[in-house]
Amino acid sequence: MGDDIKVDKTLDIKGQVCPYTFVRSKLAIEKMNLGEVLEIILDHKPAVENVPKSMENEGQKVLKINQTGEKEWHVFVRKDKEKKKNA
Amino acid sequence: MAKGENVMEFSEDQILRYSRHILLPEVGGDGQERILNAKVVLVGAGGLGSPVGYYLAAAGVGTIGVIDNDRVEISNLQRQIAHNTSRIGVDKADSAKLTYETLNHDVKVVTHKERLTSKNIMQIIRDYDIVVDGSDNFPTRYLVNDACVMLKKTLVSAAVFRFEGQVMTIFPGEGPCYRCLFEIPPPPGMVPSCQEAGILGVVTGVIGTIQATEVIKAILAIGHPLKGSLLLWNALDMSFRKVKVPRNRECPVCGDHPTIKELIDYEQFCSMSH
Repeated sequence: MGDDIKVDKTLDIKGQVCPYTFVRSKLAIEKMNLGEVLEIILDHKPAVENVPKSMENEGQKVLKINQTGEKEWHVFVRKDKEKKKNA
Repeated sequence: MAKGENVMEFSEDQILRYSRHILLPEVGGDGQERILNAKVVLVGAGGLGSPVGYYLAAAGVGTIGVIDNDRVEISNLQRQIAHNTSRIGVDKADSAKLTYETLNHDVKVVTHKERLTSKNIMQIIRDYDIVVDGSDNFPTRYLVNDACVMLKKTLVSAAVFRFEGQVMTIFPGEGPCYRCLFEIPPPPGMVPSCQEAGILGVVTGVIGTIQATEVIKAILAIGHPLKGSLLLWNALDMSFRKVKVPRNRECPVCGDHPTIKELIDYEQFCSMSH
């Protein structure tokens, strides 16, 4: 599905809407290591724009967005940033 | 926190309940986890303590201690929002526990139905990470300050009077303490009598909510705390002022050569509890 992209974790959140699509994606990527790739499967169209935008805002790299059906998208995000730890 | 330590799995309800926190880049899932693991103790479940506890419970602070040995009276209800009319006569600590635990089942409220003294304070506050002073009298204020300095506990101190309030966050060893600001309690004659000590109810809400904000910032280690600065707010002018407070090297409790090495029980001269 991701062609040449090696996926480390897949999060199927079809049926979820904003902002929980990003909340769940963010919780998933927080638990991953730098450089790993998260595949997010969505069926809520606004989330296809919002999740990648929010991921980039938080310093992650959106590698690709594939539409695989009339209402199904796969978003591939690479973890590029670890949240700054203050204490 | 290293990867392996991030073991907490949020329940479905927690994902929804804390979603607006998790969305914040400065909080996220790991920040919310820190909040859930935090232990905060409130000195007093009155005008200040009520909103502090309310917002900390909403935020998901996992353990909230409530120190109060008073009972709810009808004259409290103009400002002490943790309580309500049906709780008149109930211990304030129990009333606050019911309010906070009903708001959020993730929160465990531990009640301490005692008046703080030099004998019991160390034992009570020892197990908490952060202390919030919402007391209504100088003896307790100084006792709490000194105990927090001695135990190196973060203390969010506040006071209100009529239309005004002040807040300062004390990080012992890093910034000034309350005694750096006011070395000794005022003499009894300088303190307004109970009859003079009116308070606009919402002032306790504003100042208490600022205290809760300082607590959550301290838990998350984000932003700039009121360390070394006293925040003054006046409701009538709607003015905020921040006054720099230097650390006093001669401070009797947190200075270079402290002279106060044991806790002091000052005389209570007006409890202002009504």
